[in-house]
Amino acid sequence: MKFSENWLRTWVNPELSSEALAHTLTMAGLEVEALEAVAPAFDNVVVAEVLEVVKHPNADRLNVCKVNVGEAQPLTIVCGAANVAVGVKVPCGRIGAVLPGEFAIKQAKVRNVESFGMLCSEKELGLAEESQGLWLLPADAPVGKTLREYLELDDKLFTLKLTPNRSDCSGMVGVAREVAALTGSPLKPLEIQIQPVTLTEQLPVHVADGQACPLYCGRLVRGVNAAAPTPTWMLRRLERSGLRGISAVVDITNYVMLEMGQPLHAFDAAQLSGGISVRRARNGEGLTLLNEQAVVLDEEVLVIADDARVLALAGIMGGQGSGVETITCDVFLESAFFNPDAIAGKARRFGLATDSSFRFERGVDFSATHQALERATQLLLEICGGSAGAISEVRDKLPQRAAITLRRSRVARVLGITLDNIQIATLLKRLQLDFVAKDDDFSVMPPSFRFDLSIEADLIEELARLYGYDNIPAQAPQAALNMLPYSESQRPLARIQQTLVARDYQEIVSYAFVEEQVERELCGNEHLVALQNPIASNLSVMRSSLIGGLVGALRFNLNRKQVRVRLFEAGACFAKVNGEYVQSQQLSGLAYGAALPEQWGAVAKSVDFYDVKADIEALFAPQLLRFVAATHPALHPGRSAQIYCGTQAVGWIGELHPRWQQQYDMAQPAVWFEVELGALTRAAVPHMSEIAKSLPVRRDLAVVVDEAVTAQALLDAMQQAAAPYTQGIALFDVYRGKGIEQGKKSLAFRVLLQDTQKTLADSEIEASIALLVDALQQYGAQLRM
Amino acid sequence: MEELQQILDQAMQQFAVIGDEAELEQVKAKYLGKEGSLTVLLKGLGKLSAEERPAAGARINQVKQGIESALQQRRDALQQNKLEQKLAAEALDVTLPGRGLGTGGLHPVTRTLERIEQLFHSLGFAIASGPEIERDFYNFTALNIPENHPARAMHDTFYIDPQHVLRTHTSPVQVRYMEAHQPPLKIIAPGRVYRCDSDVTHSPMFHQVEGLWIAEEVSFAMLKGVLADFMQQFFEREDLAVRFRPSFFPFTEPSAEMDIACVMCNGAGCRVCSHTGWLEVLGSGMVHPNVLKHVNIDSEKYLGFAFGLGVERLAMLRYGVNDLRLFYESDLRFLKQFN
Repeated sequence: MKFSENWLRTWVNPELSSEALAHTLTMAGLEVEALEAVAPAFDNVVVAEVLEVVKHPNADRLNVCKVNVGEAQPLTIVCGAANVAVGVKVPCGRIGAVLPGEFAIKQAKVRNVESFGMLCSEKELGLAEESQGLWLLPADAPVGKTLREYLELDDKLFTLKLTPNRSDCSGMVGVAREVAALTGSPLKPLEIQIQPVTLTEQLPVHVADGQACPLYCGRLVRGVNAAAPTPTWMLRRLERSGLRGISAVVDITNYVMLEMGQPLHAFDAAQLSGGISVRRARNGEGLTLLNEQAVVLDEEVLVIADDARVLALAGIMGGQGSGVETITCDVFLESAFFNPDAIAGKARRFGLATDSSFRFERGVDFSATHQALERATQLLLEICGGSAGAISEVRDKLPQRAAITLRRSRVARVLGITLDNIQIATLLKRLQLDFVAKDDDFSVMPPSFRFDLSIEADLIEELARLYGYDNIPAQAPQAALNMLPYSESQRPLARIQQTLVARDYQEIVSYAFVEEQVERELCGNEHLVALQNPIASNLSVMRSSLIGGLVGALRFNLNRKQVRVRLFEAGACFAKVNGEYVQSQQLSGLAYGAALPEQWGAVAKSVDFYDVKADIEALFAPQLLRFVAATHPALHPGRSAQIYCGTQAVGWIGELHPRWQQQYDMAQPAVWFEVELGALTRAAVPHMSEIAKSLPVRRDLAVVVDEAVTAQALLDAMQQAAAPYTQGIALFDVYRGKGIEQGKKSLAFRVLLQDTQKTLADSEIEASIALLVDALQQYGAQLRM
Repeated sequence: MEELQQILDQAMQQFAVIGDEAELEQVKAKYLGKEGSLTVLLKGLGKLSAEERPAAGARINQVKQGIESALQQRRDALQQNKLEQKLAAEALDVTLPGRGLGTGGLHPVTRTLERIEQLFHSLGFAIASGPEIERDFYNFTALNIPENHPARAMHDTFYIDPQHVLRTHTSPVQVRYMEAHQPPLKIIAPGRVYRCDSDVTHSPMFHQVEGLWIAEEVSFAMLKGVLADFMQQFFEREDLAVRFRPSFFPFTEPSAEMDIACVMCNGAGCRVCSHTGWLEVLGSGMVHPNVLKHVNIDSEKYLGFAFGLGVERLAMLRYGVNDLRLFYESDLRFLKQFN
C-alpha cells in the first residue's frame, strides 16, 4: 500500500513529523518499507509564461526570452532548450533558487547577455531521470505560483508492507483509522453524499452463488461523458499511490478502491446483454481479460456474466469487450463483497495478482460495499455527469462476527505484564472495538473491517501492539531446571566432522537439488525425485547421493587453478521407495591431487584409494570395516568397493571412473566416498578388558600367493583357524618383483601371540603358527623363507 | 724424586695436546703400561729398603693418581668435544616448514549453527529434526496456513507432488515434535529449508533454526528476554540494542519481528541496514492456539513461544560476508577463511 502523506493528513493529522509517523506505523506492525519525498529539495521555482523568444545575438543555439513570473516586469532569461516557445508555461528558477545537486541560480552574463533566472526541465528539478527540453506545464498553470505549491510537491510517499492479516489498511480509510488509534489524533470521517436517483432503469442482478458473493450492489448511470478529464487532484493521488491515470471512469473506481479499500468495476452498459449474474463458470468457458490474456475457466472460478457471456473474473479482473472506453455513455458500476475463500488462490492460478484480488483474498469491509458505490456515483456524476439509477442490491448471508471474550488474566499470562481494566478498555476504545465489560472479562465485538480478529489471542495481540511491544519488559526465563539427556552411544556429528577436518578435508554445503543427468549417470538413479517447479533446469531433481555436489565443487575449484582439493559434505539424500519419500543423512568426501600438500622431504604422490580408505577407517574407529570389491556407476570398476560395518552395507569408496574423469576434464582421478551418517554416529560405550601381564610374541609370516587372492581372504582364513594365543594379525608388507614369480605377490603378516596369564613356550607358539600356515595353504600360499 | 715430578709434568703436557682418544690411550701406556715409566719405577720399589719403601711407594702412587686423573680429564674433554661436534653437525634448520597433512575446516554455516546450538543448549533447549521433503500438511495446514491462504503465496514453495513440498521453513518440526512429545517442551530445530527464489539476497536453499518452548509459565515477556539474550551472546555484545515489532505469522499470535541494532554501523545507518540502523533478524511469537489444537495440547493450560531465524543472515553479519551466494559456491578461497 503506497499513498501520499498529504492525502492521509486530510483524514488524520497527528502532530508528528513524517519520520516519526513512519516509525509509529512500523512499530505498530504496519512496516513502512519506504518513505520518500515526492520531489527533492529546491525552492524559488515558480510557474512562468514565456512571452517572447529572440535568437541570442552571439550564440546559435541560445534564445533570449522574456518571461512573465507574475510580476509587473517580465524577466530576461537566456535559454538553450529547443522547445522554448512563446506562450508555453514552464518552471522558472529565480535568482537565489537552489536546484537539486546544490545548483544555485545567480544573475549571470551568458555570452554578453544578462540572464535573470533559468527555465527548467524535469531532470533539472530532480523529478525525472531524463527529460527532453523544458518541462511544459499545463496551459492553466497559475503564473507566479511556486511550483512546489502548484504541484503539491511538499509531500511524501509512504509505502506500507502490509501483512496478510491487515487488509483493512489497503484503503486510506483504514490507514487513517489506524493512525488515529495509534496517535490519539481525531479522525475526520469520510462524508458520502447519497446521490438522487434520476433514472428509473435498473439492471436485473442474479447471484447464483450467495456464499461466494454474499453482497452485490450495482447501478446504471446513463449519459456520462467518459472522455472527461480526470481532475488533477485525483490523478495526483492515484499517481502517488502508484496507479496510472487511464480514463475518468476507471480512475474513479480506482480512486474509491484506494480511498475505501473496496474494489469496484465499471462495465460499459451498452455492451451488456440482459442482466448481470454472479455464478460459477461452466467448464470450458473462455474469457479474454483486460490484459489480453485468454483464460479457460471451470466450476471453481466465480465470474460475473450477462445473459450472453462471461464478463469478468469476479473480484480479480474484467474482461475485454465490456469495459469502459472513452466513447462509453452508459456505465454499470459494480461494488460487491466476495468471500475471501472464493477468491483466494484464483488469481494466482491464472498467474495474476491484481489490486482487486489482493484485497478480496484478504477480506474487504462488507459494511462499506454499498457506501463505496454511492461514493463512486458521487464522483462519477461530478466528473462525468449523467444520471444514476437505483442501486440493485442482492444480499445473502454475510459473514457473522461473534463476540470474543477477552480475559484480563489471560492477557497477563500471555504477555507477562499486568494491565488493569481501565487500560484494557482504553486500548479497545482506541481501536474502535465495541465491548461489554463484566468483572475482569470483556466481551468484544469485532468490526466488519477487521477480518483478522476472531479469537482472544487476536485481541491480545491488538492490545500488545497498541500498548507497544517495546513497553513490555524483557524477562529472563524462569522454569524448572532439568538436565538434558546426553547419550554416550551417540557420537555427535560435530566430532565426526572434526575428524575429517583434522584429516585435511574442507566442508562444503551444496544444493540438495542437482542436474537430472548427474543423478542418472553418476548415481544410476532411475527413480528420480523431481521437483514440479525447479528454479533452473540444472537444479531439477533431488539428490540421492552427495557426489553431484562434491564433483561440482571440485570442478569449480579446478577451474580456479586449485591443484589439491579435499572436500566433504554432510546432508540429506532422497529416494522414493514404495511411494514414500525416504530421506537419509549421508557423509561424503572427495580427495583430488597430491596426497600431501606440496612440501619438501616427502615423496610427491597422488592421493589414492588406500589414502582415503584410511580416512574412512579413522572415521569409523574403533568399529572395524570390511571393503568388498563392487561396481558403482560413478566409479572405476576395478578400484571401487562397498563398505560394510558388520553385515550392514554402509557406503562406497572408489576412484572416479576414467570416463567421468575425462568428461569433467580432470587431470587425475579423484577418490570419492560416501557413508551413512547413522552408521557413524552409533558408538558403543567402552567396557574394559583385562590387560595381559606377559609381553606379546611377534612372528612374521610372509607368503606368496596368486595375484587374485585378496588380503582379506587370507586374513579371514587365519581368523577362522582359531589358532590359540593369537591376539592380532595384520598385513604389513606387499611385495612384487625380483624373486617373485610373475602373476604372484608376496604378502607379509605380523602375528602377535600372547597369553594373559603366562609366558608362552616355544612349542605353543610353533603350534599356533603351524595352524595359521595350514589355513593359508587353502589359498595355495607358499611360505617365503 | 725430581724424576717423579718430571714424569708427571711431562705426562700432563703430553695429554693436553693430544686430540684423539686412541692416541691418548697409546700415550697412557708410556707411563702406566707394562713398560711404562711409572710401572718401571713401581717395580723398582723392591730394591729399596723396608724403611724407604712405604714413603717412596706413596709418592709414586701419588704421581700415578695424578697421571690417571689428568688422563681422565683429558678423556672427558675429548668426549665432550666429540659430542659437541656431533651435535653441531646434527643441527637442523628449524625454520623449514613442518611436514604432513594440512588441516581442513568447517563451513561457515556449520560454524554458525554450532554457535547457535551451543547457546540455546546452555538454556536447556534440546535439538530436534524433521524431514526436508515435507508433507503439505505439516509445512502449512498444521501451522494454521490453510490452502489458498495468502501466506502460502509468500513462501515460494517447491513442490514434489501435490501433497509434498520441500519444507519452506523449519516450523513443521514444531508440529512433529509436539505430536510425539508431551509438554513441557523446549527445542530448537536447525536445518535446511527451500524457497523458489534466487538473487543476491535469496538462495533457493538456506538454513533456519526453529525454536519452540511450550510450558505453563512462558510469556511474551520471556520470549523477549530469551531472544534478546541470545542475540547479545551470539554477537558477543552485551549492549546490543534489540527491538520487537508486531508482525504476522499464521502460526503465532501475537507475532513479532525482531530487529537488532545494525552490527556494521552500530545503528548509525549504512548500506547493510538500508540506512535504518536496524537489521531484521528473526520472526517470533506466541504459539497460535490453533497450532496447539492440531496436536492436542491444551492451550488453556500451556502457552508457548516459537521463533525462526535465518542462519546465513547471522553468519553474514557475524563474519562480514557480503554475498549470500558465496556460501554455496564451495570456493576454497572463501571457505578457507573460516578455518
